Amino acid sequence: MIRVENIHKSFEENQVLKGISTVFEKGKTSLIIGASGSGKTVLLKCLLGLFQPDEGTIYYEDKAIGIMDDEEHRELREEIGMLFQGGALFDSMTIEENVMFPLRMFTRQKKSEMLDRVNEVLARVKLENVNKRFPAEISGGMQKRVSIARAIVNKPKYLFCDEPNSGLDPRTATIIDNLIQEITHEYNMTTVVVSHDMNSVMEIGESIVLLKDGVLVWEGTNQDIFSTDNKDVTEFVYSSELFKKIREVQQKEG
Amino acid sequence: MVITNLIKDIGSYFIMLKRVFSGFTKGSVLKELIFKEIDDLIIGSLGIVAFISFFVGGVIAIQTALNLENPLIPKSLIGFATRQSMILEFAPTFISIIMAGKMGSFITSSIGSMRVTEQIDALDVMGINSLNYLVFPKIVALMLFPLLIALSMFLGITGGYLAGVYGGFTSTGEFVAGLQDSFEPFHLTYAFIKTFVFAFILATVPSWQGYFMKGGALEVGKASTNSFVWTSVLIILSNYIITQLLLS
Repeated sequence: MIRVENIHKSFEENQVLKGISTVFEKGKTSLIIGASGSGKTVLLKCLLGLFQPDEGTIYYEDKAIGIMDDEEHRELREEIGMLFQGGALFDSMTIEENVMFPLRMFTRQKKSEMLDRVNEVLARVKLENVNKRFPAEISGGMQKRVSIARAIVNKPKYLFCDEPNSGLDPRTATIIDNLIQEITHEYNMTTVVVSHDMNSVMEIGESIVLLKDGVLVWEGTNQDIFSTDNKDVTEFVYSSELFKKIREVQQKEG
Repeated sequence: MVITNLIKDIGSYFIMLKRVFSGFTKGSVLKELIFKEIDDLIIGSLGIVAFISFFVGGVIAIQTALNLENPLIPKSLIGFATRQSMILEFAPTFISIIMAGKMGSFITSSIGSMRVTEQIDALDVMGINSLNYLVFPKIVALMLFPLLIALSMFLGITGGYLAGVYGGFTSTGEFVAGLQDSFEPFHLTYAFIKTFVFAFILATVPSWQGYFMKGGALEVGKASTNSFVWTSVLIILSNYIITQLLLS
């Protein structure tokens, strides 16, 4: 569980986050959604400790990251898996080496044990016979799956995903979304996904927070999103022609 | 504004150095990275260093010979001039500047590409000190840079000998006499001291340019160009300071 209390973050004169408070629960896929420039990525980077909030506190379980010493920070980072927008695979390493990387850095396992674990997670993300290939030799969707495999190989407690299906076709995007949700339940992780993709919201949004201009304007689930009267939600959701049509159909059907 | 930016850059360079030497990467991984860097940076430069040094040594010998019009000046000056030019300046300084183009661009573009594609963020999120992981192995690998410079000195003098003797400008005896004439062993010490300083500049300045770059692919290219310019400027400036301190 991650608890965020009254986070503020500014860059020079530009106030990006204005008092965000929320909870990301364990075993659930939580989505941070919002238009470009709403502060989603800055919030994610604050959660990851890459940005220090100007004000407010972030708690991992009951421990505030602001008061952790270096050792506690290092231990926390070992419990975090991250899926980057572009995959962020190390292009000089093979797929096998990429997935094995966290194990090599943080465990004292034998190579055979590491290989077994690598093959296990690659099979889990439905990738086979790619171990010796380089990231540039596989498709974008496969790169995302490798990135998921790398993120979960060390059995993290927390998984963060930055726009995991950007640049993917709708079918592959759905596969990646479902994979993230399945793995979240399987590993009982706290998963936080930053997205502005409405398909993701509907597929995996067990818990959703909507940001607008750095302010948290709505919280709910994917079931609540069509029934809410919140103006910011309707503006965000129905900016898509597809969802406008869905709403028209729903209204006609009463 | 320019001065403020310069002070900021100098500050960030030294902060980077502090972080490079802290939060060490796991030993077994670091060892592999160092060997990889030795292969990429040192072994990968052997060919070009050998080629350039051999022919420049030859050209120095020929040009010295062609400028010896006075019969009172001995032909041994060809060997002497080749030795002095290669040991004092060409091998340590100009090979370093050439390497600022080759190694420096490689270092900046490889680290810059990692920055653009979020690979450095991935290391940071995993709790790895990305500066130690990326830059420290390069510094260690480039501590072998003096071997390249020693090779350059040897091949430059060999090139000068072959061009001088087989080009008919001097004899073996005269060339060797010139090589031995007024030889100061401290000149070698001076050359290798400055080579170590240049090696450190070669490893860290391009890394700094790549690590702190912002933008996309185009900016990686610009950072590589800046890296070459700044590395060369710093090599020339430190060459002047070291020469002033050690030889004057």
